[in-house]
Amino acid sequence: MSILINKDTKVITQGITGKTGQFHTEKCQEYANGKNCFVAGVNPKKAGEKIFDIPIFASVKDAKAQTGATVSVIYVPPPGAAAAVWEACEADLDLVICITEGIPVRDMLIVRNKMRAKEAAGGKKTLLLGPNCPGTITPDEIKIGIMPGHIHRKGRIGVVSRSGTLTYEAVAQLTEIGLGQSSAVGLGGDPINGLKHVDLMKAFNDDPDTDAVIMIGEIGGPDEADAARWCKSNMKKPIVGFIAGVTAPAGKRMGHAGALISGGADTADAKLAIMEECGFHVTRNPSEMGRLLKSLL
Amino acid sequence: MKIHEYQAKEILRKFGVATPKGIACFSVDEAVSAAQKLGGKVWVVKAQIHAGGRGKGGGVKVAKSMDEVKSFATAILGMQLVTHQTGPGGQKVRRLLIEEGADIKKEYYVAALTDRTTQKVAMMASSEGGMDIEEVAHKSPEKIIKVFVDPLVGLTDAQALELANGIGVPAGSQAQAVDTFKKLYTCYMETDATLAEINPMILEGNGNIKALDAKFNFDSNSLYRHEDIVAFRDLDEEDPAEVEASKFDLSYISLDGNIGCMVNGAGLAMATMDTIKLYGAEPANFLDVGGGATTEKVTEAFRIMLENPQVKGILVNIFGGIMRCDTIATGVVAAANEVHLSVPLVVRMKGTNEEMGKKILADSGLPIISADTMAEAAEKIVAAVK
Repeated sequence: MSILINKDTKVITQGITGKTGQFHTEKCQEYANGKNCFVAGVNPKKAGEKIFDIPIFASVKDAKAQTGATVSVIYVPPPGAAAAVWEACEADLDLVICITEGIPVRDMLIVRNKMRAKEAAGGKKTLLLGPNCPGTITPDEIKIGIMPGHIHRKGRIGVVSRSGTLTYEAVAQLTEIGLGQSSAVGLGGDPINGLKHVDLMKAFNDDPDTDAVIMIGEIGGPDEADAARWCKSNMKKPIVGFIAGVTAPAGKRMGHAGALISGGADTADAKLAIMEECGFHVTRNPSEMGRLLKSLL
Repeated sequence: MKIHEYQAKEILRKFGVATPKGIACFSVDEAVSAAQKLGGKVWVVKAQIHAGGRGKGGGVKVAKSMDEVKSFATAILGMQLVTHQTGPGGQKVRRLLIEEGADIKKEYYVAALTDRTTQKVAMMASSEGGMDIEEVAHKSPEKIIKVFVDPLVGLTDAQALELANGIGVPAGSQAQAVDTFKKLYTCYMETDATLAEINPMILEGNGNIKALDAKFNFDSNSLYRHEDIVAFRDLDEEDPAEVEASKFDLSYISLDGNIGCMVNGAGLAMATMDTIKLYGAEPANFLDVGGGATTEKVTEAFRIMLENPQVKGILVNIFGGIMRCDTIATGVVAAANEVHLSVPLVVRMKGTNEEMGKKILADSGLPIISADTMAEAAEKIVAAVK
């Protein structure tokens, strides 16, 4: 088993005809069961055409109706990306993974509230991963997103992080010392996003094929502390924790739109302290994440 | 993106928020004629820099005669204004705002910002205006009233009234306060701000509500749809290295240490900085080259890092995922040659075509030190600069 996605997941690609969408769709198709997983693309102007043998539909709704897909991945450029997320929600998909970086915060704020209003009115709940994230992978089964597939190896460790390359760093460390991953998930670096650390910790806790988790965070926002508090009373598996940005100055946006210290609780030190209090095995050396986890098994 | 106070007030006026009359000036002569044009008997001479705390630093003076306007303007224009937000070197004052005096009966605080936890817009108000809100939050959190606004609904009358009541606006001025809050909210949303703050919002002797000082931050992701706000950008207020880096789509932030670092990905870049500190040195910068580290981008990154005289060594940490290590190695070698690199360089590359990349570095004839892990790289560069 795995979390969120597996070899039987059927995926729609929104923004499949753009340069980024094409490049990564090809890589995703090449990975494990990708050929069977990536079943549809969306572009209203190119409906009826094909790209890499993947049929293109006019809308997410059409694509879902024709292929039975339940997940979409979004490479649509920033000005139209929030609308693409909403289109996927309106089509009642299970999960939307938004890779796009640079979406206006207001657009995401409005979409998130529309998603909530829809759920509150009894509509289907669609999960959102991202935006500004690398996506998620279940090794040897399926990869949805922009991570390099070959560094992963099938196994029993969960990895969750807000940062792309830092996720790859943790994965590569694990793979190097012989530990595979059940799933690796990038939550994205934006301040207004969908799934958070706590949601993934819950999923890994419930997954019988995950034995331990590496949870990586960074400065800014309450997500890591929220997850740590939940884990303290609920998590049954060992967790290695790392927070990037001990050396980050306050008031400066460190690359990610959401990586900004605006108060004491936003700092790496404050988050590391809460995680430690809540039973995480915390390291301040990001090169030690893999080895520390191995010592806990 | 940040703007000046006078620009913030211009935006607020556009949305119907009352402010004192004022004129922005670039010289002492302009300041004097601005005061004449405004008329009255009292003027405020205000330094315009992007940092807060200007009053305490001596950048805001009340003038009671034209002579005083002139002498204050002369003193403030060109001064290095030091506040708790500028750092010890201060910020040079290049612009002034000359404003009519206000009859201040009471000072309040009000701001709109996006709340990450609730994913709503938080409107915050306090009876403790004119102070640093972080300090109020720390000392007397009960004096901060918050409402969370659903962007699909907007700030309701009831919520605006709750704020006005909560901070003790007198009955006769509540309608004006409610109106100001609603306009501030609209302004916040329509300009794609990430912070819109009026501090202080004042109650005048005649019962009128006005914005006496204002501060905005804007979402850089949204600037493409706000040409008018982009026009407010003042490059003099920004770090020249950061401005230069942004031209090449590099995310760069100057820091105080002596080890330059170039990394792909924001999270890995911070982790690299932290590792440098862990091994006993301090990073000179944050630099995320992003996904497509071409030779041109890497060269520019090297150039910008080396322009900092503090830099005694460089650490490159690249996780080659989609981007291949051999491509990056070629870029690093070309960049090092181009800038005649004279400080130690440690390169750690991981991922796709790692071996090819390492070979390119080794064969380059350049004194590049190779490392396998982030920790090893940090250890080596710290040793090399000592």
